[in-house]
Amino acid sequence: MARTLTINDQEISAAEGQTLLEAARDAGIYIPTLCHLDGLTDVGACRLCLVEIVGSNKLMPACTTRVQEGMVVYTDTPRLRAYRRQIVELLFAERNHVCAVCVANGNCELQNMGIVVGMDHVRYDYLFPKLGVDLSHERFGMDHNRCILCTRCVRACDQIEGAHTLDVLGRGAHSMIVHDMNVPWGEATTCTSCGKCVMACPTGALFKQGSTVAEMVHNAEKLAFLRAARERRVWNV
Amino acid sequence: MSEKIRFASVWLGGCSGCHMSFLDLDEWLFDLAQAVEVVYSPVADIKAFPENVDVTLVEGAIANQDHLELIHTIRKNSKLVVSFGDCAVTGNVTAMRNPLGEADVVLSRAYQDAQFLNPQIPHDDGIVPPLTAQALPVHAVVPVDLYIPGCPPPAKRIRGVLQALLEGQSPEMIGREMLKFG
Amino acid sequence: MNLEELNAIAHSERLAQAQKRHHLHVCVGTACQALNSEQIAKALQAALKQRGLQQDAAVKCVGCPGLCSLGPLVEVISKEDSAGPRSLLYQFVKTEDADEIVAHLGGEPVKRLETPLDQPFFTRQLKIVLENCGKVDPERIEDYIAVGGYQALMKVLTEMTPQQVIDEITRSGLRGRGGAGFPTGLKWGTVAKADPNRYPTNVPEGIQSRKFVICNGDEGDPGAFMDRSVMEGDPHRVLEGMAIAGYAVGANYGFIYVRAEYPLAVKRLRTAIRQAQRAGLLGSNIGGTPFSFNVEIRLGAGAFVCGEETALIASIEGGRGLPRPRPPFPAEFGLWGCPTLINNVETLANVPPIILKGADWFASIGTEKSKGTKVFALTGQVKHTGLIEVPMGITLREIVFDIGGGMPEGKSFKAVQTGGPSGGCIPAEFLDMPVDYESLAKVGSIMGSGGMIVMDDSTDMVEVARFFMEFCMDESCGKCIPCRAGTVQIHRLLTKIQQGRATERDLQTLEELCDLVKHTSLCGLGQSAPNPVISTLKYFREEYLAKIKREPSVSANGKRVEEHG
Repeated sequence: MARTLTINDQEISAAEGQTLLEAARDAGIYIPTLCHLDGLTDVGACRLCLVEIVGSNKLMPACTTRVQEGMVVYTDTPRLRAYRRQIVELLFAERNHVCAVCVANGNCELQNMGIVVGMDHVRYDYLFPKLGVDLSHERFGMDHNRCILCTRCVRACDQIEGAHTLDVLGRGAHSMIVHDMNVPWGEATTCTSCGKCVMACPTGALFKQGSTVAEMVHNAEKLAFLRAARERRVWNV
Repeated sequence: MSEKIRFASVWLGGCSGCHMSFLDLDEWLFDLAQAVEVVYSPVADIKAFPENVDVTLVEGAIANQDHLELIHTIRKNSKLVVSFGDCAVTGNVTAMRNPLGEADVVLSRAYQDAQFLNPQIPHDDGIVPPLTAQALPVHAVVPVDLYIPGCPPPAKRIRGVLQALLEGQSPEMIGREMLKFG
Repeated sequence: MNLEELNAIAHSERLAQAQKRHHLHVCVGTACQALNSEQIAKALQAALKQRGLQQDAAVKCVGCPGLCSLGPLVEVISKEDSAGPRSLLYQFVKTEDADEIVAHLGGEPVKRLETPLDQPFFTRQLKIVLENCGKVDPERIEDYIAVGGYQALMKVLTEMTPQQVIDEITRSGLRGRGGAGFPTGLKWGTVAKADPNRYPTNVPEGIQSRKFVICNGDEGDPGAFMDRSVMEGDPHRVLEGMAIAGYAVGANYGFIYVRAEYPLAVKRLRTAIRQAQRAGLLGSNIGGTPFSFNVEIRLGAGAFVCGEETALIASIEGGRGLPRPRPPFPAEFGLWGCPTLINNVETLANVPPIILKGADWFASIGTEKSKGTKVFALTGQVKHTGLIEVPMGITLREIVFDIGGGMPEGKSFKAVQTGGPSGGCIPAEFLDMPVDYESLAKVGSIMGSGGMIVMDDSTDMVEVARFFMEFCMDESCGKCIPCRAGTVQIHRLLTKIQQGRATERDLQTLEELCDLVKHTSLCGLGQSAPNPVISTLKYFREEYLAKIKREPSVSANGKRVEEHG
């Protein structure tokens, strides 16, 4: 059944059960996000897709909020814009994101998000944590300096590949993506070397070894294709 | 009063790539020279940073004692301080030493651990200024008025900013053309 | 067990207790136990034996009577002695004092140990949740039954429909004691109505329930020990509340989620569950009715965030204790996808008396919107620290100066912090404000689970804010960015202010970050983490300004800020 709602004063129609993010995108309205990836379940973690809903005193993540009849939603208010810029700045300050020497330079969702939110500099102290690069896998590499802990790789590995090699260790700022029970990637026996984690990664944290900056394209949309093909037998996305 | 704009550019902890990109402005540099007087720059042989500067482009991070002293003078003597390029804006490559630890760790990594012929840290006075504990973006040390990201900022972006400034406007730093880091 | 059998146990237990002229209650809560109170109980027992008084007097190990700062505590309740029926309270008791206490039974009190029972600490309190703490032996179900235990459960099972139970709780005005104050009856009603087949479920084999009751005993606020005292001192009360809740919402299985740092509470709850099962008060066909209810204990592994309901559920399911966005709320989509009622220990402990004495009785206590009592763990710079229960609407002044006995000599009051690391600091100007959910929220604090820290004039408020921010930073689960990275930056800015390196620009950045973390974090941990900073900035701003550098910025000597390895 269709639902009618208003996003940014534009009346739109959405299918029942659709999320606000999906409904907005179908209507050509862009809502920024980093932890959402088509084909994976949503976790509402990056908080970039928070929107204002009239009648609710809380900001709601568009990726996990379902459309409702008569909803009035604003996705791009000055307040939301300010919050989004702060969140992106927090990410850049948290780990060592050096675009100039990153393999994902030019193909990075975080770098793009900096442009989207209008970030010309970071107001917070850079934390410069000492983090490692795991090159123990023969084909892929993981650079924790570039990781934003969106867990897209964790979900891709679990939900699309079914291996669940990846998960998160520790908590808070000490959270780290790990393989198996925190072993080097090359020693992770559950890893099928499928590369879906690399496809899912929005930044240069996961990469193909030996690829140049220009070559390092993630192809995240392949994951959504796989999901659609398996679950709905749709092969021509 | 048709006095020229007093323009400065400085090269701190960076590779000079931002200045190279500045030189890529080619013939537009002639137009610029009409409008400004270059009072300090690595491309001009001027020893001391002057007073009453209108605009100063700062390339590079604050990485040693000389930078630290100079940046305070720059701030004091400049109406508009512009962080010029990623090293000035974020620390960038210059700040990649920071995760290793403070200066002593960095120096021994560079001059001792990685050397096998006569490893020693340069220690004679006056040879090189002592490193700051961390390499920092300019705005972590003094207030900055404008930021031009990029490693290096493309010549077009530099021109966009300078042209706006010459026209007395504040440049619009939005979109991929003006804001992309790296 | 049916009602007659229950009454028979109560009767014979009361009869047995009435035979003794003196009852010696020894506190064996965690605090007094740490001071060797179990040895004191044994010494008292030995002294009774030596003096041949076993027939005359009995020693009972009881839960916390509240005045922890004077422990170990021994209360002597005499039916009659030289002064008629009376109770005496002995403070700082040592094993060596046992014989003297016993020798004075029925005669003059041991003056050097006595502390008055009519002091405001006791007289200004009103005990509902804690009424049995300090009175019943938490390890004997008969003792609980003797004071009317499990009567409420029998009543709902035999005389009330689930809807009537929900109506009664709704009318009582009881609100969640975990901190947020959500109306309990409304929550129960939602779970009762929820369709267990709406979402796909994944209940482990062997559990025959499609709805669940969870008792949240993951009390993690620094300095808070309300729930611990209830679980240690009156564990059957919690079980009875859970069973009533289970009956009301249609759940046949319950979990008590207790943090592993509470070994005594876990031990007593385990004992209590075993006893209740053996007595037929938990398990199948309770009281001869078709209602079945089982309870299992799950231990928390030391993460503060697991007090958040969705994280707690994830933890019980065996996953990482991470919160998830709501809706859907656990009432509809909870444990293993089933409708789940989560209530705090104190909330559930309020249930049996409401059922027995009626909603009207409960609603007559407290303020218009906050009914009943609230238990607080009173700590900090007051003379009497410990566990207190007060009617809603009492003023902060009464709590701090009457019950708490005021500041230590030579100190004056500065602020009181309620609600643990998520609460705010309330200055002296609000001392006469009534304590209820709305009033506390209005001044920028929260009721929270009941931590209450009193601060005197020597307290550095920036340091207080920094301390609590450090706690939240360490306890952030790391899932959402504002909480994970925002708390780190807030803590860093507070450190910078403390070190005298901050500028006014930093203060502005701090305020903007607090606003961000409060309004964009995924769960309650992040959403309330900035409260201590926001409230101290509001009421003690001059302390921040005094540490801020005036001239326009000269920071960076390039020194790394020493924190957060």
